[in-house]
Amino acid sequence: MAHIAIIGNGISGVTAARHIRKRSNDRITLISAETEHFFSRTALMYVFMGHMEYKHIKPYEDHFWEKNKIDLKFDYVSSINYSSKELDFQSGDKLSYDTLILAVGSKPNRFNWPGQDLPQVQGLYSYQDLESMERLAPTTKRAVIVGGGLIGVEMAEMFRTRNIEVTFLVREGKFWGGVLPTEEAALVGRHIEEHHVDLRYHTELDAILADENGNVRAVKTKSGDEIECEFVGLTAGVTPNVDFLKNSELEINRGILVDEFCKTNIPDVYAIGDCAERRNPISGRKALEQVWYTGKMMGEAVARTITGTPTEYKPGHWFNSAKFFDIEYQTYGWVRSTLDAQESQFYWEHPDGRKCIKLVFETNGRELIGVNVFGIRLRHVVLDQMLEGEKTVDYLLEHWKDALFDPEFYTDHINEVLAEFNSQFNTALKPQKKSWTRIFSAQKVWN
Amino acid sequence: MNTLQKIGLGVFVMALLGFVSAIGWGTYQLTPEMAESHISGEVKREAFMAAAEPLFGQEYGRNFAFVPALKSAFQEGNEEIRNTYAYPSETADWVISSFAEANRYNADQLTSGLAKYLNEDQIQSLRDNTSWMADKEYSDAQALRADLVTKIDELNANVGQSLGFSSSEINSLLFTLTKESSSGVLIESSWMVFLLVFGTGVAGALMYLLPMYRNEPPGIKNHHIFTSAIMNRGWLGIILGTFLISFYVFLYWFPEYLTNWVLLVDPLSRALSGHPASQWFLYGFMYTVVMLVMGIRMMIKYRGNRYQIIRTLSVVFFQTAFAFLIPEILVRLNQPYYDFKNIWPLDYDFFFNWHLSSLIESGSLGIFMLVWGIALIAVAIPVVTYLYGKRWYCSWVCGCGGLAETLGDPFRQLSDKSVKAWKIERWMIHSVLVFAAFMTGLTLYTYFSGNYSPFGIPTGGVQKTYGFLIGSAFAGVVGTGFYPLMGNRVWCRFGCPLAAYLGIVQRFKSRFRITTNGGQCISCGNCSTYCEMGIDVKWYAQRGQNIVRSSCVGCGVCSAVCPRGVLKLENGPESGRLEVGPITIGNKSIELNPNVMNG
Repeated sequence: MAHIAIIGNGISGVTAARHIRKRSNDRITLISAETEHFFSRTALMYVFMGHMEYKHIKPYEDHFWEKNKIDLKFDYVSSINYSSKELDFQSGDKLSYDTLILAVGSKPNRFNWPGQDLPQVQGLYSYQDLESMERLAPTTKRAVIVGGGLIGVEMAEMFRTRNIEVTFLVREGKFWGGVLPTEEAALVGRHIEEHHVDLRYHTELDAILADENGNVRAVKTKSGDEIECEFVGLTAGVTPNVDFLKNSELEINRGILVDEFCKTNIPDVYAIGDCAERRNPISGRKALEQVWYTGKMMGEAVARTITGTPTEYKPGHWFNSAKFFDIEYQTYGWVRSTLDAQESQFYWEHPDGRKCIKLVFETNGRELIGVNVFGIRLRHVVLDQMLEGEKTVDYLLEHWKDALFDPEFYTDHINEVLAEFNSQFNTALKPQKKSWTRIFSAQKVWN
Repeated sequence: MNTLQKIGLGVFVMALLGFVSAIGWGTYQLTPEMAESHISGEVKREAFMAAAEPLFGQEYGRNFAFVPALKSAFQEGNEEIRNTYAYPSETADWVISSFAEANRYNADQLTSGLAKYLNEDQIQSLRDNTSWMADKEYSDAQALRADLVTKIDELNANVGQSLGFSSSEINSLLFTLTKESSSGVLIESSWMVFLLVFGTGVAGALMYLLPMYRNEPPGIKNHHIFTSAIMNRGWLGIILGTFLISFYVFLYWFPEYLTNWVLLVDPLSRALSGHPASQWFLYGFMYTVVMLVMGIRMMIKYRGNRYQIIRTLSVVFFQTAFAFLIPEILVRLNQPYYDFKNIWPLDYDFFFNWHLSSLIESGSLGIFMLVWGIALIAVAIPVVTYLYGKRWYCSWVCGCGGLAETLGDPFRQLSDKSVKAWKIERWMIHSVLVFAAFMTGLTLYTYFSGNYSPFGIPTGGVQKTYGFLIGSAFAGVVGTGFYPLMGNRVWCRFGCPLAAYLGIVQRFKSRFRITTNGGQCISCGNCSTYCEMGIDVKWYAQRGQNIVRSSCVGCGVCSAVCPRGVLKLENGPESGRLEVGPITIGNKSIELNPNVMNG
């Protein structure tokens, strides 16, 4: 019976452990210094807002681990001896392994801003970050958030539930500019402002200023403005949490370098999730994929590889989702912030300005490339199948009712959308009725 | 909270305190006329009048003094009846000694011999009940005496029952007489007090509720629920729970203490049905008002979600029209009181003798009601549940569900999601279904055979036990009283036999499911937390599996609170409803043979 040690009990490490357990009787040890049990990182905000308690964001009941014979070790790995296959813990314990999976996650980016190590400056990634926000909130009148992305919006929403003023500094001229096209970025920006957040575009952090006691008192922007605040949130992306692994034979660039099987340069050592950097990135994707479901997929693949069925990490069509205050966002395929040369787009926005559809497709063959929806839910299997089948944008619009995943009784807007599309592209598309047969035939590919 | 809301909350709390204090208002004075008009039977009336003598003419300032005094008058009356009509232990010896031959029964000798010991009624009754002994040969006086003693004991045992007040009679008279004995502002200005209490209460509540989320974009805000004193079992939650539990205990078992509240709604009851209000009218009225007000709250909270709005309108409509107004109007038209949407076995006394008789005796409408009730059980449930899942009833029509979805919505997160709770739930709810079916089986057997104790099991006793344990204690006291302690669906989840029946259909033969949207789940836990039925929704969602659970009432809140658009309630083909994808949808690392998975 081999011993598989997994460092990191986030979604990647836990998925790997669960799938190894499904496929073998190997001994599994899941190691974390953050929390004793796995919790959903993406749900930390809900604990702060009082939607849930910590126990609710643990995806498995505490007895799950013992029942599935997954040993938990609540300790910090201080060093790894790859040649003797041994882990040294901060507590002084040692643990030897046959196979090691590194699923050590990320930490918030810091760009050497003066004052970035002051006690009221933090990101939102770990359980400890939540505890610290909780501690600082009562004395915070204004929080400044630096970096317009998903975590920044979460932080803004969290503070707004406690009536704490929020100033949001965004370097670009639009919100989440690296990812969202102009129209969507504007929609999200308006919605953030609707929630009484002071959103400042084209504003960069220059320094964080401290008072005489070494506490945050203000930030200074590059244009010289000073904004008084008691808290600074750094949410300009994350970077692999690999400092403790550096200066060893393990090859690290920004993340731990891995091949298509998530193997590192050291035998029997794998890396998955946020911390894994692909030597040869998958076409269209980044070398570092710091998304919930990619960690999950890497965990599924590596579990198979370790248990005797070498399996490449091969994610299918890109998809993702998020929520900006009240507006849900889903994306399938590739919708980039700017169109490529051969791409065309169609954009429809509801008059209330809180719902929109963006379709990107090849100018010539009209093959669908990607979809963004805000305030509308789409069915993953159907979109995945359409992208897989290289369907056209016309096909998607005609079968929009198959693709919709909104709750019952919601208005589908398809007639307005089609009218606009038909007039823009000189087509005569008509909506087809929803067909369970088509939906299920999409489902069969994966199920 | 803005100023208007603060004022509203203040007004509501004042109205609530006024309502609670109304229990102690007014004075109570019993008159001989009241007693005479409500107590039937010469013997009982006389005994009661004698025992209640001290009450007549005395004014009581509080019902907590009046009710016990009245109750003891009934007990004294019963005592008096026993003393008057029960046979002393020497009776058998007196009878034997009056016979010329000690082993030969003689009715005339019995009458004359007992004249100096017993009153005429007692002698007549004994004579009537023992006359058969004249035809019997007794070997000796001892044998004759044995028969006599058996008969006398039997008669003595029945004196309380046949001549005195039974306990249910006492309960009903306590309520009626206490209500009638009241005087004060509740009688003199009942409409005014009614409007003052309910009008300001509702107005205050609306002033608080309507401005909620004003100027905010639509979206469900579950902020601060778990730090709330009322919504996470804090001190306010415990006070509210205690209040609700006490309310139900009094309503079911001590309604005589609630007569002032019943008086408040008396004018309304008379206007609707032409009859004075009972505690059940009060309950139905309060239930409806609470559902209306909290239904408005529900629609404001979930205002961006049309499924929630339409569903809330539906439950409020069915409560107001079907449960409250139509039955009262039927009574006004001299038809049986009937709630057309209540279905056996939730409506556990549907097949009770008195109910069947009242329907059968009420002409064609009564027969229609009978057929309708049976059609709901036998046709509507399987067919509609097949098409839409049990939600068509539990979260669109049912009164218990309606209260849970309106008054109970703030407490939905308190349901226990553990696997252990699920195990207990399955045992409990199906046991109640078996109990209900057994009780109804006995009832129907008795109805058709006339045998009140088939197989030695007393039908009446089983019905009473069910009514007490399940109908009152479980459905009422625990079901609603425990909203702030165990969540809003305790009854529906652990106790309702109809939910169990609907659930079996939903689990095994239905088009309904909650579809999980591929690989979008991030295991955040909102769906499970806000599932009032305690289903661990994310357990399914995070493995890409559809949710097909017998307990799901289809409230749709899991889907509403999901931040990633993962869940959708829908009715679709049965095939594929239960399948599980082994990996995240969209993961192409693993090629699957579709035929294997769909096998």
